[in-house]
Amino acid sequence: MEKELLRIEHLKKGYGTNDVINDLSLTVRKGEVIVVIGPSGCGKSTLLRCVNALEDIQGGQILLDGEPVRKNAPNISRMREKIGMVFQSYDLFPHRTILDNITLAPMKVQKRKKAEVEQEALELLDRVGLKDRKDDYPRQLSGGQKQRVAIVRALCMHPEILLLDEITAALDPEMVREVLDVVLSLAKAGSTMMIVTHEMAFAKAIADRVIFLENGQIVEESSDPKAFFERPETERARQFLHTFDYESD
Amino acid sequence: MDLAVMQSYLPLYRDALFLTLRIGWQGVFLALVFGLVCVIILHLKIPVLKTLTGFYVELFRNTPLLVQLFFLYFALPRIGIRMTPEFTGCLGLGLIGGAYMTETFRSGLESVPKIQEESAQSLGMTPLLAFRHVILPQAVASSVPGILANVIFLLKETSVFSTISLMDLMFTAKDLIGMYAKTIECLVLLVIFYLIMLLPVSVAGSVLERRLRHAEFGD
Amino acid sequence: MQSLGIDVLLRGTNFLRLLSGLWVAVRISLISVAISIAFGIVMGMLMTSKNRILQVIFRIYLEIVRIMPQMVLLFIVYFGTTRVFGWNLSSEKAAVIVFSFWGTAEMGDLVRGALISIPKIQYESARALGMKEKDVYLYVILPQTIRRMIPLSINLITRMIKTTSLVMMIGMVEVLKVGQQIIEANRRTSPNAAFGVFAVVFILYFLICWPISRLSVWLEKRWA
Repeated sequence: MEKELLRIEHLKKGYGTNDVINDLSLTVRKGEVIVVIGPSGCGKSTLLRCVNALEDIQGGQILLDGEPVRKNAPNISRMREKIGMVFQSYDLFPHRTILDNITLAPMKVQKRKKAEVEQEALELLDRVGLKDRKDDYPRQLSGGQKQRVAIVRALCMHPEILLLDEITAALDPEMVREVLDVVLSLAKAGSTMMIVTHEMAFAKAIADRVIFLENGQIVEESSDPKAFFERPETERARQFLHTFDYESD
Repeated sequence: MDLAVMQSYLPLYRDALFLTLRIGWQGVFLALVFGLVCVIILHLKIPVLKTLTGFYVELFRNTPLLVQLFFLYFALPRIGIRMTPEFTGCLGLGLIGGAYMTETFRSGLESVPKIQEESAQSLGMTPLLAFRHVILPQAVASSVPGILANVIFLLKETSVFSTISLMDLMFTAKDLIGMYAKTIECLVLLVIFYLIMLLPVSVAGSVLERRLRHAEFGD
Repeated sequence: MQSLGIDVLLRGTNFLRLLSGLWVAVRISLISVAISIAFGIVMGMLMTSKNRILQVIFRIYLEIVRIMPQMVLLFIVYFGTTRVFGWNLSSEKAAVIVFSFWGTAEMGDLVRGALISIPKIQYESARALGMKEKDVYLYVILPQTIRRMIPLSINLITRMIKTTSLVMMIGMVEVLKVGQQIIEANRRTSPNAAFGVFAVVFILYFLICWPISRLSVWLEKRWA
């Protein structure tokens, strides 16, 4: 078994009296792909945002390689280098070309050489089929292309873990596939990922472990995705998965 | 219309134009500096200074330049603060312009979505790096139309300078009308000289704005 | 330390005179805004027409208003037209003409902007519900247009009030002029009255314009 990479202990996150995440604990091992599913408002996106310290937390702790990840902590920029994140709205920097979008952080944050970063960026772009678009601006790309660039941008920082927050939710249906294929190939290559998604077939195909979240708590956890999607153990998960079926009842 | 008379007035108008332009552009420069300083104070939420800045912006945005100039030029000397008319003109323009520029810069910053900062930070950028490379360039680009509108507004506002005895275009026109009663000639020249001063700025502004919109939407 | 002139304003009717000077500015603004709204709505609707000639005329009109200082326009109307046409024009009438000329352009542009910013789908869905053309405008389009326009018109009022300070230059006795008269009359007893008087004028303008512009910002946020 691979070594433990991320450990979330008794995480508590809330706004005022409203708890979004309530005493959640979870560990992620290196190379593992965790898929988090659940009804909207269950706290799954908030969970990812907490792991990247974009939210302050009210209790518990998050450790990456044994080091705490916490918003406004002095080490936070260094910690975030190790945690890549891709958002639903593929927020590329509109004033920079595709290549500049990818190379900006490696050069400014990691102080890497321009030539070396560019070469890596081009290789990655080639892998997602967008090498010829390197000098375009984000607005010239389709949603699916932008999302692939956003993934490359995160990868170029060599993160230890990649957080994908509903990365296909804003895409036209015909573009979903091209993005998910990229993620599948990353999983095959052994990347550690935490994925929030509504694409159940994709979840089933990629997950090493499925987490079903509701009201900020883990309701069901399964290391056998196929079994989970066919015969969930809890009634809540069964009801949730049922909403994706269209048989008349 | 008496063209010979108009021709004989030309040098006076030309000098007035140069004076107006000199004070105008110095005022615009001052306004940009004040605006930048204020918006940084507001952005960093520096206590006390933040409140003072807010008060300054509201005070100068909600009063006419003419009244501000009267205060600077006629009231302040009574408590021992004396300034030359030219300096008063620059300062007045800088103060009112600074208040308007602050608002423009601020809405430029607000127009950058929060998630831009978050995605920069999720790439490990410190807040300072994110501000410098991601937020600021976008904020400046979206502020440009507002900045240009402010520049035109400020250059127009120079027309009140004659009240603090600066020999600008208005002063010259009024003076000549009073002396020789060639009203029409003087007014035509006045309009022509304001056009010379403002039309290029206005045209350059529209071109730049179109270019920026092009850059933003790519069509 | 010598008095700084606040006491001068408390003497006799001085402060009331100052306020009545300010009222001149407010009165001219309100009259001009009313005229501007009426003409502006007509102009805004005309501006959405496809007529090339009308479009060119409106472009030139808007550009003149955009780049000519209001002071120049005041001079042209007050000194120029009286000269050319030989009529008599009070300075107040000249001021109202100029501010209405300016305000109509601004309002016209606002109305046009508001009209074209209503998505086409709003017209279409109203019609799809079987509404008559008149009702489409009355119940769907106009309410949305007015909502967008009110904050901006209120904002125009504050800008007018501020700009009316210029009318002293064509000889109107408004607040600055009254201030000067008060300072002049009390030159011997309080030589420093200029400080107090002009400081008070400064504050008075702020007290009038600030609440109105806050209102406009508040409405804009609420109705956005």
